[in-house]
Amino acid sequence: MTCWEIVQAYAFRSLGFGERILPKDDFGLCTQFTLIGSGMLWNIYFGVIALVAGFFLANAIAVMKAQPSAWLRKPAEWFILIFRGSPLFIQFFLAYFLFQELKQSTGSVSWLTSAWAGALVVLFLNTAAYSAEIFYGALRSVPRGEVEAADAYGMSGWSRFRRIIWPTTLRLAWPAYTNEAIFLFHATTLVFFSGFPAFQQKGDALYYASYFADKTFNPFIPYPIVAFYFIVLTLAVIGVFGLANRHLNRHLPQDRRPRLKYRPQIIR
Amino acid sequence: MFSYCTDPDTLSGLRWLSCYLTTAKHAGFYWSFLTVLTLLAITAPTALAFGFGGASAARSQFAPLRWFGKSYIAIVRGVPDIAFFLFFVIALDQAFEWIRHQWKCPDWPDAIRQGNDFVVCAAAKLPLGTAEQWVHEVYGFFTAVLTFAIVFGAFSANVLYGAMRAVPKGQLETAEAYGMTRRQTFWRVLVPQMWVYALPGLSNLWMVLIKATPLLFLLGVEDIVYWARELGGSKTPRFTDYPHGDWRLWYFLVLLVFYLCFTKLSEVVLERVMKKLTRGQATLGGTT
Repeated sequence: MTCWEIVQAYAFRSLGFGERILPKDDFGLCTQFTLIGSGMLWNIYFGVIALVAGFFLANAIAVMKAQPSAWLRKPAEWFILIFRGSPLFIQFFLAYFLFQELKQSTGSVSWLTSAWAGALVVLFLNTAAYSAEIFYGALRSVPRGEVEAADAYGMSGWSRFRRIIWPTTLRLAWPAYTNEAIFLFHATTLVFFSGFPAFQQKGDALYYASYFADKTFNPFIPYPIVAFYFIVLTLAVIGVFGLANRHLNRHLPQDRRPRLKYRPQIIR
Repeated sequence: MFSYCTDPDTLSGLRWLSCYLTTAKHAGFYWSFLTVLTLLAITAPTALAFGFGGASAARSQFAPLRWFGKSYIAIVRGVPDIAFFLFFVIALDQAFEWIRHQWKCPDWPDAIRQGNDFVVCAAAKLPLGTAEQWVHEVYGFFTAVLTFAIVFGAFSANVLYGAMRAVPKGQLETAEAYGMTRRQTFWRVLVPQMWVYALPGLSNLWMVLIKATPLLFLLGVEDIVYWARELGGSKTPRFTDYPHGDWRLWYFLVLLVFYLCFTKLSEVVLERVMKKLTRGQATLGGTT
C-alpha cells in the first residue's frame, strides 16, 4: 500500500471508519503515524469536552467552597478532596465497576460503561475538582481594593461577582489553569488502560502505540510518535490559552500584560 | 487462619467475612500494599537523586551537559507520563539485554533485531531463563522503580532547578567574594539553602508520586490494583471455598479510601515540615 492509501484506510480507524482489521505485518512509519494520529482524535475529544464542561462546574464549586455557610462549603471541599486525593487510575476503575453495577440493576444506562461516556464523566469530574482548587485559590487572592471599589460604585451580589470578582479570578488563575489543561490532555491516555474496554479496537493514541510496541517489540518508534503528537497538542493548548490570556488582560497596557510561558509545573 | 474456618460452607455473616478476609490470597493483597510503600520508599530518594543530577546538569558550564539536562527536563514533562512508563519498561529491559549481549556473546553472528523480534543469546537474557520466580519479580520491580525514578527525576529536576535559581544572588556573590571556587559555592552555599525553596514543589511532587503508584499495574508488577481485580472478580464454588459475585467495586472503593487517607496524612505531615523549615526565614511563611 502506498502511504496515501494507508492514510485513507486508517485515518479514522479509531472512530470505526475505514479498514476494520488493524495492520498485521506492515508496520512502516506511515502506518504508525496514521494510526496513532487517528487515536489522537480520542485524546482530543476527551480533553476538550472534559475541559469545557469542567470549567463551568469548577467555577461553581470554587464559589461554593468560598462561601461562609457550611452547607455549601463542605460538599465542595469533599468533592475536591476525593477527586484530588485519589489517583485518576483508581477513579476510572471504580467508575467503570460502578457503571456496570448500575447497568445491571437498572438496565437503562448501558452507554455509561463505554469509554466515550463513562471515561468522559470521570475526566470531567476530575478536572473540575483540580480546576476548582485553582479557581478557589485565585478567588481568595482577588485584591481587596477591587472589591471595595465595586462596593463604592454600588455594585453588589451578582453584578459585582460577574463584573469584578470573576474576571479578576480568571486572570489570576489562568497560568495555573493552562497547566491543568495540559496535564488533563496527558491524563486522557489512561482511559483505555483502566478497565474501559476499547470496543472493536477503537482506542486512543497510546492504545495504538502499545499495540505497535507489542507487535514489533520495538518501543523506539511508536512511543516517540506519541510524544511528537503530544508535544504538538501541548503547543496548540498553550496557543489557544495564550489567546484567551490576551483577551483576559486586554485592558492592561501592552508592556504590563502577563505573558503565558511554557513552564508546566506538574500539579496533578 | 481461625480454627472455625475449616469448613467455610457452614459459616455466615461476620464469621464468614473474617475467614474470607484472611485467606492466603488476601495475604497477597495485604502484602501488595507493602509493595507500593516499598516502591515509594525507594523511588522517592532515587528520583530526587536523578533530579539533583538533572538540575545540576541543566546549570552546568559545559554546553552538551547543559543541553542534556534541559532536554531531559523538557521532554519528560511534555509527554504523558504513562507513555514513558510503557516505553521505559520495554526500552530499559532491551537496553540491559543488549549491553549484556555485547559483553557475554561478542562473537554472536546474527543481528539482534530480526524483523519484529529482539533476539539476544541465552546467556544475556534478563533474568536468565533458569532463574527462579522471585528473581523475575525482583527484576520486574527493579525496572519499575528505575522507570518511576527517570520520570519523576525529571519533574524533581525541574523543581530543584527553579529552587537553585531562587537562592538570593547576594549569597552566591558573597561566597565568590570570600574566594570560594564554583564547586565550593555550589556545595557550601547553594545546596544547603535551596531546600526551603524546593520544598513546596517537592511536596507537591510527593503527592503526584503517591497518586502514580497504581500505574505499577501497567508495568506488570503484582500491585494492589492487580490483586483488587483478581480478588474482586466473581468466584464460583467450583474454584474457591468462598464464592461471591462481582465485588471489584468494593475492592476499588477500599483502594480509593487507602489513597485518600495516605494523601491526607502526607499533606498534614508536609505542612508541619514546611512550618519547621521556614521558621526564621525571610519569606512569607517564615515571618508569620
